[in-house]
Amino acid sequence: MTLALDEEAEAMRAGRFGPARQWAIAHQLEVGGYLGAADLVPVSQAHIMADTESLGASGVGWLEGLAALPETERRVRIPTMTDPRGTDFSQAARLGQQEWMLALERRVVAAFEALGVLMTDTCVTYQTIMPPVAGEHVAYGDTGVVIYCNSVLGARSNFEGGPSALAAALTGRTPRYGYHLEAARRGAFVVRLAVTPARLDEWGALGAIIGRLAGDYWRVPVIVGHERVPGSDALKHFGAAMASYGSVPLFHMVGVTPEAPTLAQVIDPATPALATIGEADLGRFRSGYDGRGEAVDVVVFSAPQLSLIEMQALAGLLAGRRTSVPLLAVTSPQVKPDADRMGMTAKIEDAGGTVLSGMCFYQSYARELAAANGWRVLATNSAKLANIIGGYGYRPVLLSLEACVEAACSGRIA
Amino acid sequence: MKEFRAASALGERVSGRALVAADNFSARYDLDRISGIFSRAEHKLAGRSYVGLVLVLNTVKGGVASAWMLREMKSRGVVPAAFAFNRVNPIMVQGAAFAGITMMSGFDVDITVAIPDGAQVALEPDATPPVLCLF
Repeated sequence: MTLALDEEAEAMRAGRFGPARQWAIAHQLEVGGYLGAADLVPVSQAHIMADTESLGASGVGWLEGLAALPETERRVRIPTMTDPRGTDFSQAARLGQQEWMLALERRVVAAFEALGVLMTDTCVTYQTIMPPVAGEHVAYGDTGVVIYCNSVLGARSNFEGGPSALAAALTGRTPRYGYHLEAARRGAFVVRLAVTPARLDEWGALGAIIGRLAGDYWRVPVIVGHERVPGSDALKHFGAAMASYGSVPLFHMVGVTPEAPTLAQVIDPATPALATIGEADLGRFRSGYDGRGEAVDVVVFSAPQLSLIEMQALAGLLAGRRTSVPLLAVTSPQVKPDADRMGMTAKIEDAGGTVLSGMCFYQSYARELAAANGWRVLATNSAKLANIIGGYGYRPVLLSLEACVEAACSGRIA
Repeated sequence: MKEFRAASALGERVSGRALVAADNFSARYDLDRISGIFSRAEHKLAGRSYVGLVLVLNTVKGGVASAWMLREMKSRGVVPAAFAFNRVNPIMVQGAAFAGITMMSGFDVDITVAIPDGAQVALEPDATPPVLCLF
């Protein structure tokens, strides 16, 4: 399929705005053509996932090639933010990261700064930087950012991998397919909740179950039956897990999310529920990540980065305690100064924990961290992290925040 | 020889041996990208090398990392020769386009059933419609 281009985009394709924008348009034409886009839609923000474990040396070199272009040819055209980096430079030695990892990270930071990218280093932009508004077309990377902003805020985005998010930043446009189109945002199936979770790990488990039910990027779940309105952190874990387990970029929760004031707004109200999810289903899901009686090697709170409210809860549980195994709490560079100022960081670190800023555990050379520190059994309250980290050789155990803290202090999973 | 038509395709013509499973794919979640094997214990291809093979799988899962990782894998030569999926998400399209790796999706049959594991196949993304040939 051939995409219609306006005059300026045609000029980019012809190279009149330099090779960076010429590459970007060519990439967008290939991707948009594959996915059936008719044209490009203007976008107001971009968000780029670009940890160096993913880029490797070749990707870093490619970025540096763009950064070496003249300033008018290389600068992004719209506000462009970064997902977490692959390290917290101030804690890298404590984590056992190696100098070559840090050198790659420094090179990427320099390249992005030359491109005019804002080094926000966060996967919770919607809690910390500038949430999009309903109907706003954006080009976001990080599946958790996309699903939250699409679902909870009503923004319009597909999953934009690093190269595509950068292409959008350079052109100010993205191919108009998928969730930029109203028709694609209709619900595909209904899930009825017989249980409304209380804890964040349970919201993550629920999101994971629904993600598995969807099993596909193009099927939008519609959730009914919840007994109360979840808060931002609950929907953060819920959406991040759904996106991780099912590659789902959008859900509707009737009466909660803006496009679904009623069931009929998003799906035929006569549609029978594909599944009803109850306490037993959550239990079965958790049993897949059970570790009762085992020694734990490391406890990690990450993916998504912790909000100030999560940091407060963790600090409260650790006050006056002492950990016996490493406990890592990963937050954003925006939340960290507040956590410092309000004494949360001190409480966590006085108990033996480590507060990390601007990184994400699984995006920070997790396999090498395991080897360097002898970590295998990892306890977390993040269903998303539990899903991902198995591929890096860890044995994940999914627990509540409180049980994670107990495991960190006793060294054993109760 | 049998031909299977695809709805969408990109890249150049490729032929090779197929590595097939009724399972899904994520470069970050499923692979040891250094040694070139499926490392996720739960994956149906766990422990098997993917290097130089045509991966035939159901769909794509998880996050956005594959968009960068495919090019990085290709730069080291530890990469599949091509991909064939029943369905894709945008990340695989973006990653394959960025890396210059041939990919097809949207077949008129379940491609993970139609292609036997280890079979010799050829992908012709420039054909109209694009086809995957089973020899």
